[in-house]
Amino acid sequence: MATKFRSSPGAKTGLSVGIATGVYGLSFGALSVTSGLDVFQTCVLSLLLFSGGSQFAFIGVLAGGGSGAAAVGAAALLGIRNAVYGMQINSLLKPRGVRRFVAAQVTIDESLATSTAQTEPVEHQRGFWVAGVGVFVFWNLFTLVGALAGNALGDPKQFGLDGAAVAAFLGLLWPRLRSRDAGAVAVACALATVLTVPILPPGIPILVAAVVAVSLGWAGSKNSAGSQQKAAGAHSAGSENSTEIGA
Amino acid sequence: MTLWFWILLACVLAYLTKLLGYLVPLKWLTNPRVARIATTLTVGLLASLTVANTVASGQQLGLDSRLGALGAAAVALWLKAPFIVVVIVGALAAACLRLLGLP
Repeated sequence: MATKFRSSPGAKTGLSVGIATGVYGLSFGALSVTSGLDVFQTCVLSLLLFSGGSQFAFIGVLAGGGSGAAAVGAAALLGIRNAVYGMQINSLLKPRGVRRFVAAQVTIDESLATSTAQTEPVEHQRGFWVAGVGVFVFWNLFTLVGALAGNALGDPKQFGLDGAAVAAFLGLLWPRLRSRDAGAVAVACALATVLTVPILPPGIPILVAAVVAVSLGWAGSKNSAGSQQKAAGAHSAGSENSTEIGA
Repeated sequence: MTLWFWILLACVLAYLTKLLGYLVPLKWLTNPRVARIATTLTVGLLASLTVANTVASGQQLGLDSRLGALGAAAVALWLKAPFIVVVIVGALAAACLRLLGLP
């Protein structure tokens, strides 16, 4: 039975996920302006690119001295998972017309996790839209606040903002490391990065790691594939919810 | 100007990638290899970005206050701290180590 919107579990979870996730737009905004983007460019990334991992990747590559092309490459590759999320949301909610184009923009880790964690069709809908739009609104708001604050800070190193970037990437990686396979992929890609940093231009080692990751995914044993896929879905739902709502 | 070009290109690619999921046939989802590669690619890129931001300065490898930030963030994550707290802990660790004179 469909509950009223105000007592809807999908909408409630979506709102808390939206606020909790949106707040860390502060860290993105502050780090972005210290990597050389201005406040307006930072806000455009949050409005149009709107995928936390890809946004951090873009500014992370630039901050490390990488080229614009390498930054685009890292951001685009990190966004590929959103296509898989899109397929899941499309089969779950079947949005039609213009709603499909809006749904695509708010297809991110948090909206997928909130939607798939619900048990009724109407709650899938509410969870997806409230989390997706909620994260969008708060993420953009806090990006602006973070960018203005970052501009006011002065020397970013003195405030440890390069340490904040390291922590942000580890925080994005951490909930995805529940399986042994994921840990092995992470170690292999970390090693590939360290080995290629001294011999390749900045930013390119990250793309080398992407090739290593794709090879490992392609070669992954067939019998573990199904269970891993299920596990990945369950993880993203469980972990995102627990970490974000706990915030 | 050039930076604007890369920013907008990244935005266009990100949106088209998201939209692609709504346009491809549903049976693609049941291809375990596609789903697995999307998972390993995400993990691999984030691991690479974590390491590169910790030890690389251009083409130089080095250990400095950022390694302390990585360790402090790992402890915070292990204690199930929310994301924003993890980021602040990382910043504080790097800032404090620099106050103590580390590079």
